[in-house]
Amino acid sequence: MSGDFVRRLPGGATSFRNHRGAFTWFNLDPWLMLILLSIVSFGLVVLHSASDGNWVVVEAQLVRLGLGFGLMILIAQIPPYFLLRTAPLLYGLGLILLLLIYPFGTEVNGSRRWLRVPGVLNFQPSELMKLFLPMVLAWYFHERHLPPGLKPVLVSCLLLLVPAGLIIVQPDLGTGLMIATSGFLVLILAGLPWRYMLRVGALVLISAPALWFVIKDYQRGRILTMFDPERDPLGAGWNIIQSKIAIGSGGFSGKGLLNGTQSHLDFLPESSTDFIIAVLAEELGFLGVVSLLALYGLFILRGLMMSLNAQDTFGRLLCGSITFTFSVYVFVNIGMVSGILPVVGVPLPLVSYGGTALLTLFAGFGLMMSIHSHRRITLL
Amino acid sequence: MREALALKDHRSESQIYVERAATGAVVVLVLFSLLILRVGYLQTVQYSDSVARSEKNRVQVVARPPVRGLILDRQGVLLADNRPSRNLEVIPEQIVNMEDTLFHLATVLEMSEEETARFRRLSGRTTRRFESAPVLFDLSDEQVARFEANRFRFPGLSVQAKLVRNYPQGALMAHAVGSVRRINDRDAASLNATAYASTDHIGKLGVERFYETELLGQVGYDRVEANARGRMMRVLDGVKPINGQNLTLYLDAGLQAAADRALDGRRGAVVAIDPKTGGILALLSRPAYDPNLFVQGISHQNYNALRTSMDAPLFNRAIQGQYQPGSTLKPFIGLIALGGSTVTVSDSIEDPGWYQLPGNERLYRDWNWTKTNDGGHGRVNIEKALYRSCNVYFYDLAVRLGIDRLSQDLKQFGFGQASVLDLPDANAGLLPSRAWKRATRKLPWYPGDTVNLGIGHGDILVTPLQMAAAVAALANRGRWVAPRMAQNQSFEDAARSSPSGAGQLPEHVWEPIIGGMEKVVHRGNQIYGENGTAWSYIGRDIEYRMAGKSGTAQVVAIEQGEVYEASIIEERKRKHAWFIAFAPIEDPKIALAVLLENGGGGSEYAAPVAREIIDYYLLEGAGGRVPDVAMARRQ
Repeated sequence: MSGDFVRRLPGGATSFRNHRGAFTWFNLDPWLMLILLSIVSFGLVVLHSASDGNWVVVEAQLVRLGLGFGLMILIAQIPPYFLLRTAPLLYGLGLILLLLIYPFGTEVNGSRRWLRVPGVLNFQPSELMKLFLPMVLAWYFHERHLPPGLKPVLVSCLLLLVPAGLIIVQPDLGTGLMIATSGFLVLILAGLPWRYMLRVGALVLISAPALWFVIKDYQRGRILTMFDPERDPLGAGWNIIQSKIAIGSGGFSGKGLLNGTQSHLDFLPESSTDFIIAVLAEELGFLGVVSLLALYGLFILRGLMMSLNAQDTFGRLLCGSITFTFSVYVFVNIGMVSGILPVVGVPLPLVSYGGTALLTLFAGFGLMMSIHSHRRITLL
Repeated sequence: MREALALKDHRSESQIYVERAATGAVVVLVLFSLLILRVGYLQTVQYSDSVARSEKNRVQVVARPPVRGLILDRQGVLLADNRPSRNLEVIPEQIVNMEDTLFHLATVLEMSEEETARFRRLSGRTTRRFESAPVLFDLSDEQVARFEANRFRFPGLSVQAKLVRNYPQGALMAHAVGSVRRINDRDAASLNATAYASTDHIGKLGVERFYETELLGQVGYDRVEANARGRMMRVLDGVKPINGQNLTLYLDAGLQAAADRALDGRRGAVVAIDPKTGGILALLSRPAYDPNLFVQGISHQNYNALRTSMDAPLFNRAIQGQYQPGSTLKPFIGLIALGGSTVTVSDSIEDPGWYQLPGNERLYRDWNWTKTNDGGHGRVNIEKALYRSCNVYFYDLAVRLGIDRLSQDLKQFGFGQASVLDLPDANAGLLPSRAWKRATRKLPWYPGDTVNLGIGHGDILVTPLQMAAAVAALANRGRWVAPRMAQNQSFEDAARSSPSGAGQLPEHVWEPIIGGMEKVVHRGNQIYGENGTAWSYIGRDIEYRMAGKSGTAQVVAIEQGEVYEASIIEERKRKHAWFIAFAPIEDPKIALAVLLENGGGGSEYAAPVAREIIDYYLLEGAGGRVPDVAMARRQ
């Protein structure tokens, strides 16, 4: 029954493989696969329209999705205990890479986010940290009594704040905050006492005005523009005004695929990346948005079930934090496009066009699959 | 290290996780509901507003300019038409770096400094987002080719073809037809922005200005689908523009050209009127300018040359030039006197060559007065007073009429008012009166002023157009016809512009005066001092009966301030030569006034001009021969 016990049986139990067919053989969860494929297909349809019927864009996205699924399957083969053992190492490696940005990083648009190994690799270390941080926290709490006392909470906060801080000063506030959020989610799932949260929450509220003077001008502008887009209708407010018009004019059932005027006449910026939900809302209307949210909901549901089935604290926390982080991405993206959150440059998971973030997502799904398939007992 | 040694309670840890996960699930549910509510709010409550705004984004209304109406002469000769012009237009929002663009463009198109400056000035003029503004005009084929070859370097710039005004007759018709100009900021403020959307020009002078509404037409529009960068994707629907009406004038291009030949480069003006209609057959002012220079905007250099020229080519002498009428006023004074029975046809006076007011030393001389005092015209009645242009007779007559009757009754011939119907820039001239002199000079009216007025000197001023209109009324034996440029136009205010008292002179006054004027031209082969004043210059071989009267006007003043050569000043001090005429006497077809600035004697210099013009009209033009100038541009 105990997770520790299961963890000592490398490779999981052979008995399940025999009657679960190919999915189990590849350590995959058929339900999650089905939901992912549905979301991805839906996303491709929307992307096809958002890119003005440009098949080149769709094909490029298909290639990325193929890579993503491949990466997911590959990671699903890694036994969880190996993940548990290597988590602190990976975290350390991630930190080193984040630090390497300072001497060796490439500057793009005024911020250093990329590491380039010419001809070999070109990547953002912050993407790796999106997974390594939850892993190291899950590992940390796995080794400790839960709910955690003050000292583990402080230690885990330190583990969380160092990489988040390094990313925020790149500067990349959006990713930094998202990574901090994913780490924080591990803390909450691990049983972080509510009283700590209340105290920290109160502290944040008090220090928020001070924060206002610390953040950069463009970030301040984004926040102001969220409250009043008409403040700068041709500049910073343009995106949000146009996306609200796009969503609103979709009505209940939308203008039909490829018929959205806001996106096809280029009024909607970033229509195939961060603002793709506005294309969906304009062309498929309220029905389309609710359908996509329903699929996301199913994904979250399945992810939670998988986490509840996990055999140990490490698996539960990792699986749960990935699932909740995913839902935060969905909320932040749609919230920003529909004008209830500031514009922070978070893509819509599995639907937005784009490479690195997509691969990170699939790597995370791979971790979930690995945890789920290498277990002895099924509760749900 | 107690903590580390204690056993982990897996059940309770799992319980904590289940609690937390359940809480998280509820939070996610709440957040997703929030999203659905938000999107639902946008798509229901904000639906119609958003649809309207997305339509407004998508659909742009693009004005389609009407084609400006043509202006034609009575025989269909084009006086103003439209030609295509390729202009360079700029959308300022799409220019990344204005200085770079200008630098490269100046090289590619070989632009002058002035063109570059103009580009800068005009490109700052657009008011709507992504609206294009013309900045360079009339690109040559080579310029267009060079621009297109380098187009990739010039985002935001494009070559657009537009129709612009063209005046095929050039300077010949400049003062008759007027011209259009580019609409400037000051115009734009007072114009109906819709009516002039995408129309770049407006009538600024003459007929072009007066008939602006008719010539302009009505603007149409296209509703087009445009993308966020203002690029037109497709036309949805629209309304076609209604092109401007064509305007047919009374003007006769052949006659105008004949008048120009007759002036032979001298400064002056000719106005010819058809007495039956009041239609203006010729309206010439020389020197003139090429109105085409103004259409796309004249260069500073050219404009300054025109503006500062001593010959004042921009000045429309025919309708704005105000001169003393000189002796050409005499027939009209005679008409008034006969009409009011101040004199009769048979009354005569003895002309010793000079006139004196009672109780005044000053001698008012006749034109043939000599120091030996043997001048004068002897016994003079009104007829002889006209054909010999006797000053003393009219000194006497003016004094007998008195200033009040003169200033009152001369009005009926249109003096002292702008009676032309459709030339907005015409001057009113000046018909002096006691009240006028008191008001402007703060002086009483002196008897000597009346004497001078008798021979058209002193304060009285008339324009060549006014003179021609008065002659037309004379030719019509009193029937007033208001001068006008355009045919087939209904004038609601035609009655208003008819001068007071017009057409009320009794019938018997006309033939004696016309007879006197006939003798000016036709009385010849007499003893010394008995020929008509113009006979020896124009009357010997004339094929029709013409009534005429010469005049010589004093030059009032030379404009100070400019340094001119002495010979030029001498020339400018010479008197202005007038000749008024109509023909044929029995059935008048043309009435005209000729003015030569500093031309010298009216009979000697102005009369031959009048003869040549009337010859053309009665013997060549009316014979149906279409003049060469007309053939060249006939549609």
